[in-house]
Amino acid sequence: MHLSGWGQYPKKDSQLFSAPQTPTQLQHQLLAQPTFTGIARGMGRSYGDSALAAQIISTRYLNYFISFDEKLGLLKCASGITLEKILALIVPRGWFLAVTPGTKFVSVGGAIASDVHGKNHHVAGSFCDYVLSITLMLANGDILQCSRQQHPELFHASCGGMGLTGVIIDAELTLQPINSSQIHETTIKAANLDEMLALFDAHQQATYSVAWIDCLAKGRHLGRSLLMLGEHSQEGTLNISSHQGLPILFDMPSFLLNKYSIGAFNALYYHRMRQNQIECTTHYDSYFYPLDGLLHWNRLYGKAGFTQYQFVIPKDAGKEGLSRILQCISASGRGSFLAVLKTLGKQASSRYLSFPLEGYTLALDFKIENGLFALLEKLDRMVLAFGGRIYLSKDARMSELTFKQSYPAWEAFQHTRCQYQASKVFCSLQSMRLGLNND
Amino acid sequence: MTKKILMIGATSAIAEATTRLFAQRGDTLYLLGRDMERLSLLTQDLKIHGAANVEYTFFEANDLVDHQNVLDKAVQALQHIDVVVIAYGRLSHQKNAEQNVEATIDALHTNLMSVVSLLTLLANQLQKQGNGTLAVISSVAGDRGRQSNYIYGTAKGALSIFLQGLRQRLFKSNVHVLTIKPGFVDTPMTADFNKGLLWTTPEKVARGIIKAIDNKEHVVYLPRFWRYIMFVIKAIPEAIFVRLKL
Repeated sequence: MHLSGWGQYPKKDSQLFSAPQTPTQLQHQLLAQPTFTGIARGMGRSYGDSALAAQIISTRYLNYFISFDEKLGLLKCASGITLEKILALIVPRGWFLAVTPGTKFVSVGGAIASDVHGKNHHVAGSFCDYVLSITLMLANGDILQCSRQQHPELFHASCGGMGLTGVIIDAELTLQPINSSQIHETTIKAANLDEMLALFDAHQQATYSVAWIDCLAKGRHLGRSLLMLGEHSQEGTLNISSHQGLPILFDMPSFLLNKYSIGAFNALYYHRMRQNQIECTTHYDSYFYPLDGLLHWNRLYGKAGFTQYQFVIPKDAGKEGLSRILQCISASGRGSFLAVLKTLGKQASSRYLSFPLEGYTLALDFKIENGLFALLEKLDRMVLAFGGRIYLSKDARMSELTFKQSYPAWEAFQHTRCQYQASKVFCSLQSMRLGLNND
Repeated sequence: MTKKILMIGATSAIAEATTRLFAQRGDTLYLLGRDMERLSLLTQDLKIHGAANVEYTFFEANDLVDHQNVLDKAVQALQHIDVVVIAYGRLSHQKNAEQNVEATIDALHTNLMSVVSLLTLLANQLQKQGNGTLAVISSVAGDRGRQSNYIYGTAKGALSIFLQGLRQRLFKSNVHVLTIKPGFVDTPMTADFNKGLLWTTPEKVARGIIKAIDNKEHVVYLPRFWRYIMFVIKAIPEAIFVRLKL
């Protein structure tokens, strides 16, 4: 079957090795066919090649809840359950995910393997901070409970481990209580990068914060952006959204997105707001998952696909680093609808491959076309020089050298993988490209 | 008012999605299936979703001799059955079956004979009650024989006709018979197919099933646009049809 990540680049003809409905089904298949080499795949929402391999284990049918303690906000569920399914269950009962990424269509297994972060990273940390334990199936079919107390090195390697330690079967999560499914949102305009960074500093106590940034703006407008702050509302009902989402049925012709159309969109988006600050109350769905309303928005970039470039640079490098990188992007004329800037909080240094570092992260979409990778390699060098790194769940093209320089814990990660015989069995196109399957 | 539901083939993806909707209404469920581990996992899941009570027992469709015994257990547990959903099926490998009589007969046995056996027993149970719904998953594949899957299609086509007759027979006993014809559904049975525009999810089919049961419909295509696709496919003259690649 032909598979790709959310960016539709690259594509791979893969064999579906297993689509188990129970842990035992997968165990039997692994024992019966010890030649398996490949990777677990949930909803296929990582952007690049981290869930692509010659053989795939689909976790989509590991889709059951195991327990839900409504008093303490503890939820245990299988790894194929999506965040959408979790919200549908917990929101009406007064609970919410402690951390959520920008789409609810990811699986729990994927969220753990990517150690995803959300708009509250600066105060709350990332997804795995709220994972109490996971059940992992190893290369030999053994099933292990892992947590901060049991097999901690395997737990830390699996949190953000891109599925390279084994197959996550289920997980136990802690939730946050809410009184309402509404979010109180404040949007503030910033005319340039200086203003935006000052706003981030001024609002570092906000529960949620993220900025949309116009990457095509130049000169004194460089970094003009809108900061969107959010707080859980105390009033309102507890209801899930019934909005189904509009599908985009076909790949759009990619010429529709060019620097003129995107520049026009960005200018309109920025200037649609007349005041410097507006406040409103909105459902969590439109606050956290605006793009989920447009199913298959990835098709907007055409058949060749796109890549999302997301990097983080440490706080000290902040202003200088961001402006140099933004200048480079703006000069290239390769813009994106979606350029998102956010501050990240403390690094979880126990997790070997987890992305967040304390500093600023910027995410941009680029459609795949000639000359793009040369630009991205130039950006890689700048990011590296500022002590930053690139998010593995978005990556489809980073070099082995870039990876190994920017994720110094990769050797410790490999050591743990080898201990559990994972390095010869679990591999993705990404792990092969990054030199994690060379032994 | 909450209902008592018997799910046969409860671990099929469409059955599971339908069962979750019943559970959310607070219904009582009795599940039949082969994979006891999955049934046990499903039972926990359904209770979390709000089911009043869930029980399950082992059921092998091809073991016809055991059918009465299994149904007796279900009736004993539920007392009164409001809705029965029969949801299992096996998409046999058409190419293998073409070369192998045994494989063909096996496919017909699982997809047709075993269902006929169950329906015969259940029809009498519901007739005795004087109410209830028999909802059975057939397929659009049963509307017209096609070279790519006519063995599966034969079983589903014959099943649809059996249900037609049964519906007429049970109408005066106030028993509702629903024939469900799903189109392409993304389930473990079709996990390694490349999915195009016509594909739908078990959740959407499940919502359609619940609605059709509540509205006492007779035959329902899910998603509903399949009615028109199959209308066109059935209308193609045989002389042209034999030349098509469909």
